[in-house]
Amino acid sequence: MSWLNEFVRPKIRALVGKKDVPDNLWHKCPACEQMLFHRELSDNLHVCHACGHHLRLAAKERMGFLFDGGEFTRVEFQSVTPDPLKFRDSKRYTDRLKDAQSKSGEKEAIVVGHGTIGGQGAVIAAFDFGFMGGSMGQAVGEGLLAAAREAVTRNAALIAIPASGGARMQEGMLSLIQMPRTVLAVEQVREAGLPYIVILTDPTTGGVSASFAMLGDIQIAEPGATIGFAGKRVIKDTIREELPEGFQTAESLREHGMVDMVVPRGEMQATIARVLNLLREGRGASVETPIALAAPDAASGMAPDSAHGD
Amino acid sequence: MPHFLDFEKPLAALEGQIEELRRLSDNGDLNIAEEVGKLEDKVDRQLRQTYGKLSAWQKVQVARHPARPKCGDYVSGLITEFVPLAGDRLYAEDNALVAGMGRYHGRPVIVLGQEKGNDTESRIHHNFGMARPEGYRKAQRLMDLANRFDLPILSFVDTSGAYPGVGAEERGQSEAIARAIQASLGLQVPFVSVIIGEGGSGGAVAIATANTVLMMEHAVYSVISPEGCASILWRDGARAQDAAEALKITAQDLAELKLIDGIVAEPLGGAHREPDVAVGAVDAALNEALRAMDGMDGPALQAQRREKFLNLGSAGLA
Ligand SMILES: [Zn+2]
Repeated sequence: MSWLNEFVRPKIRALVGKKDVPDNLWHKCPACEQMLFHRELSDNLHVCHACGHHLRLAAKERMGFLFDGGEFTRVEFQSVTPDPLKFRDSKRYTDRLKDAQSKSGEKEAIVVGHGTIGGQGAVIAAFDFGFMGGSMGQAVGEGLLAAAREAVTRNAALIAIPASGGARMQEGMLSLIQMPRTVLAVEQVREAGLPYIVILTDPTTGGVSASFAMLGDIQIAEPGATIGFAGKRVIKDTIREELPEGFQTAESLREHGMVDMVVPRGEMQATIARVLNLLREGRGASVETPIALAAPDAASGMAPDSAHGD
Repeated sequence: MPHFLDFEKPLAALEGQIEELRRLSDNGDLNIAEEVGKLEDKVDRQLRQTYGKLSAWQKVQVARHPARPKCGDYVSGLITEFVPLAGDRLYAEDNALVAGMGRYHGRPVIVLGQEKGNDTESRIHHNFGMARPEGYRKAQRLMDLANRFDLPILSFVDTSGAYPGVGAEERGQSEAIARAIQASLGLQVPFVSVIIGEGGSGGAVAIATANTVLMMEHAVYSVISPEGCASILWRDGARAQDAAEALKITAQDLAELKLIDGIVAEPLGGAHREPDVAVGAVDAALNEALRAMDGMDGPALQAQRREKFLNLGSAGLA
């Protein structure tokens, strides 16, 4: 436990009174347990100053630092029947939904927005892990399909940012069929000749990882993110062995050829901007003329075709 | 020695009596024959009663019954000139996912399916029907083959799920499943899937994104195993029965939700009682599904499959 928690925090509380200091002023780094002040943390894109751990981030905050100038317009998508199976475990699914909505301020586990990144049109579909573990049900499927449609309509790139434990169990098979449905969303973007980029964040597992999240033209992962299909506990129970160190981390996926790059959050915007600019210019790019070679051509005034003259 | 499920125990007693009487009636005793007939009627009534209203959890047991016909039984019963094809051309052959080509009622087809095996040795050989990335990459390879040679695809789905292992993860289980779904959606040939036993999550969807998805009467198809769901949501694996009900995993529930296209009736008492009858029922349903697509060209088949999945579950749209 850090000194900040032991000492400074109670003192601040004593000064201003408990009610004036909301709990979310301080966050404990889940990796090194350092206490992090909220403003510093958000200035640092929710990356721990002490150890570089990338903390989980709400969808709208991700959009804020990825879109140019932090500006974006939300894309609304079709609403779905909230509880198609009338599912109830220890709690009603409808109650879980309401809790998640009031806690996150979002309607569902996905937020879709459009704007520009490095001047290139882009649609981002980002998950909120805080909303029922970012689980994918009908609404999330609709969100991804809406994001793909928006990208095609706007001739923009699609960027998916999963943060999800997988399918929304409370929607049963209706959640499982979001796997082919989200793959269809990807297909629509591909067929329109538009870039599709995936930023895998912590965690990306289960049905989400086994559908749209693994199909990017460019696969990027955040450092330390857990990415995999089966849960670690399930694997351990199956093989009855300890799991190798670094198993299912972003870095190990890169080593095993499953992602193109692991990019720290601070460099994410610039990386996406560069990739989009390279992909979108294609052969339509205005090619800089190398000076030394250009001179003789320019002097002779030859039409480009005349080289093939006879 | 036949395997009786817990809820079949009353039947076991009756059938034991019948066998006993039959042994005694070697001399053609009419009274005994009459008694056997009565008992057989009783078995029949009990089967009708029990199997007419199986709970979701009981269906899970039936779907996992060791004597239930497996992928191999359907292949040997329905496909002639079968040529098994192996390997993903990248890493390995996966015996959990059976693949090959052959003729179905004379027409050349590509066959895919998970094989659980039917004795200890074959179960281990087939990794209990749990495929690794190589299996799904082999499926992609054969889907591509089907597309290029205009061959319809039949898949027999029977898996508790994709294999959860270290190597499977490291070699991209997620990616392999995602690509198999992508390949399925790109197919320009007829594709019919039958959930013959267990349709376990992503590992099943990978080879079940078809034009027509059929389910056996007592098969189950689920986003997660009832046991897994119970341990996560109820924090108690023993609540699997409740999870099975809540998840809506039976063919009847899924037909009502319009998530599958048809149900294949099983012989009285389940496919394990009369495997040949079950294979015959699947034959009739498969044949009908394929014939319904005769005359549809490639783009129409692809469009139909895509539209179907786009609209799936739209009953749930507000
Ligand atoms: Zn830290």
